[in-house]
Amino acid sequence: MPKDKRLLSQRSRNPAKSGINSVPIISGPDIDQTLVRIAGDIISCHASSKEKDSLVLIGIHRRGVPLAKRLKAIIGKKIKRELPLGTLDITLYRDDLDTVGHLPIVKNTDIPVDLTDKSVVLVDDVLFTGRTIRSALNELAEFGRTRRIQLAVLIDRGHRELPICADYVGKTVQTKSDEIIMVRLKETDGTDEVIIANKPHSKEAK
Amino acid sequence: MPINRIQKKRSNMTDKKFTWTQKHLLGLENLSAQEITHILDTAESFKEISTRNIKKVPTLRGKVVVNMFVEPSTRTKMSFSLAAKRLSADIVDFSPSTSSLSKGETLKDTARNIEAMGIDIAIIRHTAPGTPHMLSRIIDASVINAGDGAHEHPTQGLLDIFTMREQKGRIKGLKVAVVGDIMHSRVARSNIWGLTKLGAEVIAVGPPTLIPQEIQDMGVKIAYDIDKVIPEVDVINILRIQLERQRSKFFPTVREYARLFGINSERLKRAKKDVMIMHPGPINRGVEITPDVADGTHSVILRQVTNGLSVRMAVLYLVSGQPKAEEIE
Repeated sequence: MPKDKRLLSQRSRNPAKSGINSVPIISGPDIDQTLVRIAGDIISCHASSKEKDSLVLIGIHRRGVPLAKRLKAIIGKKIKRELPLGTLDITLYRDDLDTVGHLPIVKNTDIPVDLTDKSVVLVDDVLFTGRTIRSALNELAEFGRTRRIQLAVLIDRGHRELPICADYVGKTVQTKSDEIIMVRLKETDGTDEVIIANKPHSKEAK
Repeated sequence: MPINRIQKKRSNMTDKKFTWTQKHLLGLENLSAQEITHILDTAESFKEISTRNIKKVPTLRGKVVVNMFVEPSTRTKMSFSLAAKRLSADIVDFSPSTSSLSKGETLKDTARNIEAMGIDIAIIRHTAPGTPHMLSRIIDASVINAGDGAHEHPTQGLLDIFTMREQKGRIKGLKVAVVGDIMHSRVARSNIWGLTKLGAEVIAVGPPTLIPQEIQDMGVKIAYDIDKVIPEVDVINILRIQLERQRSKFFPTVREYARLFGINSERLKRAKKDVMIMHPGPINRGVEITPDVADGTHSVILRQVTNGLSVRMAVLYLVSGQPKAEEIE
């Protein structure tokens, strides 16, 4: 309840403070609910015990990592087993390193098991152009020949530039390409919420 | 209030607090503590690549790296080659004995000619201090110093510091003894610059003829008796006695040096239990270090070599990020 109150006050404060028009899409408790639903879908897709054995969750840095951790906890509770959890940093596989200028920070990739014959569920916060996922797929191929790779995202915001789609989607949101979807999680940002906002250049209007 | 936090987070997303802006790696002297830490952190992320089945990432695909080693080397040259290959760069080796340098071409002309073939990164080792700096002013490619005379050997310094941080969990407050021929050692100089910037305490130990007094200005303590230093330090970084540079007799005999400064298991009995023994290689067994210590439990000498790969991958990655200088037309 108090969380909702905070969200409300935030909504009223935002435009006044900065001129950025930001609207919440998913509130804190709903993120967890959404994850519970995705977890359920993942479990029903891995019905047999053999399939459950082959299941590996891999979070893409940054916010895919805490999301994957939460999914692991939810699924683990439901099926009573500890799933292997990996993290993936796709920086070294980006297709725009030549044009980004100063290079992004490389974070840790940690794939704890050989992925040969595993059923991998990649986890990320927002699916947008699909380029991150393309990079992730290339990188995963170096860790063995997986039986299958699926994709779980909290938000699908459209505007794909590659033929990629997600298997598990928390929420599909219609966006303009210059809008920003911000997923904020307790682990990385201190609070749980998803916000849609205009690009900061709207400041000039102010 | 919350919106301010959002904006702050957003700016973090674009500049992530710190951005690497150096085009070259010429030495640790001109790097800030933050820049050194950034290289170490990046190297930490690159460690994992060497544990994969397929030890290769596509990051530097299409980039050309040239190894210009105008002074002999096995470790460093191989390490750089392997690091470049793991990043998918094309690497060309250049060796002075089979090159036009032996026909009298100047290094400047050689470098310009090599660059005309389109290279992105030049890794250079040379006997003359400052050669990489000179090269960085005349060619457009990024220049990495792989050792210039007795001046600096930044990647060795970085991998030493990386190994200390990996094993000890910190650099700040560490007591590090650098033992041996400080005067002729570029490894010592790079270690000293890096370690003092990150807050470690460095003690230079060796015969007075091999320790220049000026290093005290770099914030280094000087000691002439290794046995007094051993009990108080966390790390002993042992330098190679450069027999090829010993013609002018800085100490009477190699045997005397071994007796006074050689690190052996007898001496180590008075050391801290978790003391760490390092050596940049190549080792003169029985001179500056005895075989039982070099191969003993305190030794991280081979760990250093392994880490060198991650550090050099990080350096190649970071310097390659520079947008080509537009002002040079």
